[in-house]
Amino acid sequence: MRNLGWLRLPLLLTYAFLYIPIAVLVILSFNASKFPFKWTGFSLHWYDALFHDAAIRQGFINTLIVAVGATILATVLGTLLAIGIARYTRSALLEAYALAPAIVPDLALAIGLLVFFSFIHFTLGLHTVLLAHVVFGMAFVAAVVTARIGQVDPSLEEASRDLGASAVSTFFRITVPNLAPAIIAGALLVFTLSLDEFVIAYFTDGPSTPTLPIVIYSMVRFGVTPVVNALAALLLLVSFTAVIAMQRFARLSDAL
Amino acid sequence: MTTPTATTSGGRGAIGRRALGSRAAFLGPGLVYVTLFMAVPLALVLSYAFLKRGRFGGVELQFTLENFAKALQPTYLSVLGNSLLIATATTVLALLIGYPVAYAIAMMPSRWRTTALILIVLPFWTNFLVRTYAWMVLLNSEGPINKALMSMGIVDAPLPLLYTRGAVIAGLLYAYLPLMILPLYASMDRMDRSLLEAATNLGASRFRAFWDITFPLTLPGAMIGAIFVFVPSLGNFVVPELLGGGKTVMVGNLIRNQFLKARDWPFGAVLALVMVAFLVLLFALQAYVSRRVNGRTSHA
Repeated sequence: MRNLGWLRLPLLLTYAFLYIPIAVLVILSFNASKFPFKWTGFSLHWYDALFHDAAIRQGFINTLIVAVGATILATVLGTLLAIGIARYTRSALLEAYALAPAIVPDLALAIGLLVFFSFIHFTLGLHTVLLAHVVFGMAFVAAVVTARIGQVDPSLEEASRDLGASAVSTFFRITVPNLAPAIIAGALLVFTLSLDEFVIAYFTDGPSTPTLPIVIYSMVRFGVTPVVNALAALLLLVSFTAVIAMQRFARLSDAL
Repeated sequence: MTTPTATTSGGRGAIGRRALGSRAAFLGPGLVYVTLFMAVPLALVLSYAFLKRGRFGGVELQFTLENFAKALQPTYLSVLGNSLLIATATTVLALLIGYPVAYAIAMMPSRWRTTALILIVLPFWTNFLVRTYAWMVLLNSEGPINKALMSMGIVDAPLPLLYTRGAVIAGLLYAYLPLMILPLYASMDRMDRSLLEAATNLGASRFRAFWDITFPLTLPGAMIGAIFVFVPSLGNFVVPELLGGGKTVMVGNLIRNQFLKARDWPFGAVLALVMVAFLVLLFALQAYVSRRVNGRTSHA
């Protein structure tokens, strides 16, 4: 650390820039006052209010429905796609096409899907958000699994087929177990992305089933409210735990 | 759009029937899904740009270029200029801050590096709206920054920090800075350090070695970081709305309004095309820079 010299200054300032806003939110979430900026003492009042807020609870349930559904579908489709890309094609164009949804700007995908769903006269709701989240989720799973597949020896699969196992049983007994860490990592990634996703959900959701990010958006549009501080602090806790868990998990799978 | 599985299956005679079946089983579902829910929707948006506006949203099947003419009106050109300015300012700031930070992390002893990087990306994994909201709190006229400034006697009255162009840039920078630092760090980590030793052994100053070796070799990483920051900044409509307070309209807000409020879908489609065109231009520039840099190192 000492040999960094003057470079320590921009590093420390950047960490301050990244964490001070978060720290302020967390501190204010424990404020007893109903005025957002006047500290009058410690209280868990806003957390209590948060758990009794019907809109937030319903938004949370909606978000979970979308995230679970999108994760399952995206993981299946993305894993198949990754194996297909790695084993059955050499076309870089095909690979780019399959992974494109991860790179296309979310706003472009969002308006595209809105136009598409209205073109085919599909009513908007949680099901359309779910279908939309699978598009980019699948590309992320495919990218993560493709990266891992290069390290798995294809001769294991060939040996299994030569010894008389069917394609299906080779797939479930050889290919999938070998790729399991990457498949789980991809699934976790999609789940986290879907939980937080706002722009695409905002365009493809129906008015009566808002997801949690849409609920938060409609609350913060009208200014600073202490309930949002508490919700923000909780979401921070959840995502920090998830990232640290993922890191632990990744290290564990490296060790195995 | 033809399904790629169908076009490739005709080709190689050497591949047996069994392999062709598996190929279709693995690649088919995903490619059909991408085609249906990405390629077709984007093609629809593209075609809407050339159609007449429908009365209740949607379009009428009549070819026109008037949507493009509308985008050239001064009001909309100034929004576009403003968006480019804000996205560029954010990208330049991210580069100026991110470069020394990435460099510092790359120079750390290896046991510290992972932790240092996790601390950079950790805020990025929290909800985007929450991160933007944090700045609404921070910059508020009664917020912590103004309170601190007033209690220190630096200002008498609260500064109008929120609902300014600066607030929008701060919010975008906060949201996307990690996306600049990661690729920069990756390019510094990949760099062959022996080149630097060779340069200093041959008598180059530390500055000279940095300028002639480190800087050009990390340029592709900087370009990727610039794309990662510029692309989401340009299309963002949440930060301008929450931190710019409607006074700072960006092209993302305009697109959102055409689709969800004004219901002028063809005009919205044109604006989206303009946005994507700038991104394509940026990608081309990135490809050009990375080819030049690779060419130089292979000559050396």
